Amino acid sequence: MNNFTYTTAGSITAALQHTKRHPQAMYIAGGTNLLDLWKYNLLHPQTLVDLNGVPGYHTIEAKEGGGLQLGALVTNAATAYHPLIEQRYPLLSKAILAGASAQIRNMATNGGNLLQRTRCYYYYDGDVPCNKREPGTGCSAIKGYNRIHAILGASEHCIAVFPSDMCVALAALEAVVQITGQQGKRSIPFADFHRLPGNAPEKDNALQAGDIITSIDLPAKEFAHHYSYLKLRDRHSYAFALVSVATALELEGNEIKEARIALGGVAHKPWRIPEAEQLLQGKPATAESFAQAADKLLEGAQGYPHNQFKIELAKKAIIRNGLMALHPETQLPGAQPSA
Amino acid sequence: MKTTPAVGTPLSRIEGKQKVTGTARYAADYNVPGLLHGYVVNSPITKGRIVQVDTIPALAVEGVVEVLTHKNRPGLAWFDLQYTDMDAPPGTVFKPLHNADILYNGQPVALVVATSFETARYAATLIRFVWEEEPFDTCLQNHPEKARPAKKGFATALRPPPPKPTGNFEAAFANAAFTVDADYRHSTEHHNPIELFATTTIYEGNGKLTIYDKTQGTINNQLFVANVFGLHYKNVQVLAPFVGGAFGSGLRPQYQLFLCVMAALHLKRNVRVVLDRKQMFSLGHRPQSLQNLRFGADATGKLTAMSHLAVSETSQFEDYTEQVVAWSHKLYPAPNTLFDFKVVPLHLNTPIDMRAPGGCTGMHAIECAMDELAYRIGIDPLQLRLLNYSETDPSTGKPFTSKALKTCYLRAATQFDWFKRDGRPGVTTRGNKLVGYGMATGIWDAYQFPARVEAIITAEGKLVVHNATTDIGTGTLTVMTQIAADAMGLPVAAVTFEYGDSKKPFSMFQGGSAITASTGSAIMVTAEVLKKKLLKKAQSIPNSPLKNAGMEEVIFTNGTIRLRQTPRQAVSFKQIIAANNGKPIKTTRMGMPHAIKLRKYTKATHSACFVEVEVDKDLKTITVTRAITAVAAGKIINPKTARSQISGSMVWGISKALHEETILDEHLGKYINTNLGEYHIPVHADINTLEVIFAEEEDTLINELGSKGVGEIGLVAMPAAIANAVFHATGKRVNKLPIHFDELL
Ligand SMILES: Cc1cc2nc3c(=O)[nH]c(=O)nc-3n(C[C@H](O)[C@H](O)[C@H](O)COP(=O)(O)OP(=O)(O)OC[C@H]3O[C@@H](n4cnc5c(N)ncnc54)[C@H](O)[C@@H]3O)c2cc1C
Repeated sequence: MNNFTYTTAGSITAALQHTKRHPQAMYIAGGTNLLDLWKYNLLHPQTLVDLNGVPGYHTIEAKEGGGLQLGALVTNAATAYHPLIEQRYPLLSKAILAGASAQIRNMATNGGNLLQRTRCYYYYDGDVPCNKREPGTGCSAIKGYNRIHAILGASEHCIAVFPSDMCVALAALEAVVQITGQQGKRSIPFADFHRLPGNAPEKDNALQAGDIITSIDLPAKEFAHHYSYLKLRDRHSYAFALVSVATALELEGNEIKEARIALGGVAHKPWRIPEAEQLLQGKPATAESFAQAADKLLEGAQGYPHNQFKIELAKKAIIRNGLMALHPETQLPGAQPSA
Repeated sequence: MKTTPAVGTPLSRIEGKQKVTGTARYAADYNVPGLLHGYVVNSPITKGRIVQVDTIPALAVEGVVEVLTHKNRPGLAWFDLQYTDMDAPPGTVFKPLHNADILYNGQPVALVVATSFETARYAATLIRFVWEEEPFDTCLQNHPEKARPAKKGFATALRPPPPKPTGNFEAAFANAAFTVDADYRHSTEHHNPIELFATTTIYEGNGKLTIYDKTQGTINNQLFVANVFGLHYKNVQVLAPFVGGAFGSGLRPQYQLFLCVMAALHLKRNVRVVLDRKQMFSLGHRPQSLQNLRFGADATGKLTAMSHLAVSETSQFEDYTEQVVAWSHKLYPAPNTLFDFKVVPLHLNTPIDMRAPGGCTGMHAIECAMDELAYRIGIDPLQLRLLNYSETDPSTGKPFTSKALKTCYLRAATQFDWFKRDGRPGVTTRGNKLVGYGMATGIWDAYQFPARVEAIITAEGKLVVHNATTDIGTGTLTVMTQIAADAMGLPVAAVTFEYGDSKKPFSMFQGGSAITASTGSAIMVTAEVLKKKLLKKAQSIPNSPLKNAGMEEVIFTNGTIRLRQTPRQAVSFKQIIAANNGKPIKTTRMGMPHAIKLRKYTKATHSACFVEVEVDKDLKTITVTRAITAVAAGKIINPKTARSQISGSMVWGISKALHEETILDEHLGKYINTNLGEYHIPVHADINTLEVIFAEEEDTLINELGSKGVGEIGLVAMPAAIANAVFHATGKRVNKLPIHFDELL
């Protein structure tokens, strides 16, 4: 680890000024991702600007006319267990609790969660080619061991996946990311926040240098009655998703009025296809209906030698999670398949 | 007035409080004045050489004291022999910083020494290497043609080459009524004890070193250091009072010891070197392996033919071997057998023993093949084992010193409710889950090594026992205290066991589940002599009530010697020491295996394991919902620590069957999931009910204690039992480990 200077920012303005003056500076919130990358010798911040002291972004507030505002500096744990989240946006609570470990969730913040880097093995190894880490060096995963990699939206330059669970729920809930940057404030709908790798896999999202996430807004639609988060992985806790599904339904009797489905572990961003959700509108909430949506969501999916299974697994997971969403009480800890 | 025996009671760990309160000090916890910190640099290439190395930028960092590479390292012992250790496989021992050659990815190539760990780690990133890369090969599957028999050497004693064929396997297999022919594949595993490998070397001056090291063998490492650095044995003291797990990785001196001592001698300073988690994956590992099994049975289900061929990886410089193939013939009689074990040298580090080395590899294949055979024949898998049960060792015809495997089978099966199982695969369900029940057999060696013990009765009438063994977390301290207490007729509180120090009397490394039998038996032998000494001294006291008593006429209890017939007539240890002018009475003895007597017997521990799994109907996620292991390992000295060993290795069994694997990228020639986030071992959510049964054996032959050791046997049967349960649940056989749930889709 290199030597560095450390400052606590007392306001967003102060933080922004700091990064303007020191382009090598980095923000730190919970540090759970940043410190790992630093210790692996992949990042070398010269200046660390600690956001935790910035007032105004540590709470979860109800908004007029419905919806919630999640402060960027609220921890993942505090968010998941917040009464407003548990009661009104239980899908988000379940997704957060399916991620990482209790200890990490206690440190990790909502803003940081959106910005965590991929878990691609090759990205984490500074001695091997990786276009995301060092553009132009090549992708080791395409011909390497790609069990955990993307089946949708990948490019010849990168097949990494975005690893967050929380963000899969946020995508399904159509959250909006609030940002303050050198140019002032702006908001980005969740679907546009993370990006596909294309020929610039080094860029994970739409943020620009110095941008600070201040909050994440949840719209009024809560999906508090029919929802489910399902996470499939190589052990029952403390592992990233091979495939995960967030499903939120609005029902009238057994008829689907509105559906949201987002996939995790399959692409460089949470994967949503509005057409797949429209297919479900007015349909009965049955395995057959969910199967149709699944086919739509997985259209164009391409597997690699070690992750071909994800295509079929994702389809089955969408169907199962649709059925689980009808009975959210059947969800098990760790977002395991229902008993 | 009699001391209640300590052996057989579930005494809690004596050092438990120190461990859970953080006061137990491990190798990296010794903060001595002026301590320097070393950080190791590892090779990013797999094969080739260092063409150039520029350490100037690293040396320029404030706080950096020295950077050692092959260019500037001090001169060292010349002969390979001097680098060797008690567990070195045949070949040429790897010598860190010896020359520019790179033999495997992650090989240590430099040590940065600085005033703080972070400074050293940072400076390490500034060293500029120029590498010359050569083509390499790390893939076992690609090169069956390179497989060859392993070289023989010193370490082969504990790992005999495959047994010779018997009968005519091919003919018998061709004529068998029922056959199985299956291939099995195992991935690499790294030990990853929670305590990172670390050494703190205290430079005492005058050629003297005190070394706190993470190791399973204090004397092994003392000899290594003395030999390599040309120091006098008695000037090198290796201490390891606490070891945070090792599982075999500490059986050989690891490179951080070498580098730390080198730096301390070179700089004449106190130095510590701690590896980080990623570097833990550059140490030895459990090798990848390929196995083929062909089993044939007659119409009644009796085995007539068994073939077991295994191929395992080794490095380019040492031939690591393990006993993978011999086990089936120690369990099942079959007149026609064919066994072979070969190695393929790859550009990887030499493997090293990992808990139940070979045994848990071979037995997984054997017991899965047995399960498959049972289904071919159409009989219950347990029935097939009982049908082929042997009271004597089928491979030699010799009797076992004891063998309560049948009791294990029956007690575990009954407790499990095995007999209610519907044997048809894929039909038992519970909600959304397919339910599977599987079973398997375990067998493991019962080793005993020579060990030397000193026992002292102090002025307070207390007992102090010395031996160089470590306690790698297994409960050695507690168990030895219990054995010594009973042997001398003292309460546990009056006994101190001092260990983890190369200055103490001899112990081999702590491996092979052998230490209880080794040091424990040596304590028994030494106590007998000490008791005689005490009695003799007691008899010399004027008017001693024991004056004319022989050993068989007295009992040792509660710190006194009493006449068996008239127990009121007694002399206390304190009185004896007082009569010795207050001087402690001591004796030192060697405990040896009864090699000649035992030549007529086979020694083994056995186990039977029954497992329930749930597999999701649609998504195929696997959960081990219940497991029972029954173990026959002679006398159980401490049911609590023994249970922990068995349940801990059952967790490992779940790990091996479903999770654990170091992923090797063949194009890069390196391991890629080198952290505990991606190297999966089970977490709490993966562990459900684990039950342990001890089928105690009264074994009067095996050793003075009648005890066989329980460190590894609990792992041997689990992986196969799980794989068999997965088959029963789904009708699919996955013969590679770990089993990934998507392979069932
Ligand atoms: C072993 C392990 C397992 C994990 N498992 C999971 C899992 O299963 N599922 C899952 O979803 N996650 C998992 N995580 C990831 C974890 O959720 C993230 O590390 C965490 O959410 C990051 O938040 P943080 O506050 O600690 O971010 P930091 O590490 O502080 O920051 C991450 C990045 O975001 C930037 N940043 C932080 N806050 C802001 C802000 N407000 N504005 C602008 N930039 C900012 C930082 O500069 C940095 O680049 C795991 C992590 C670990 C270490």
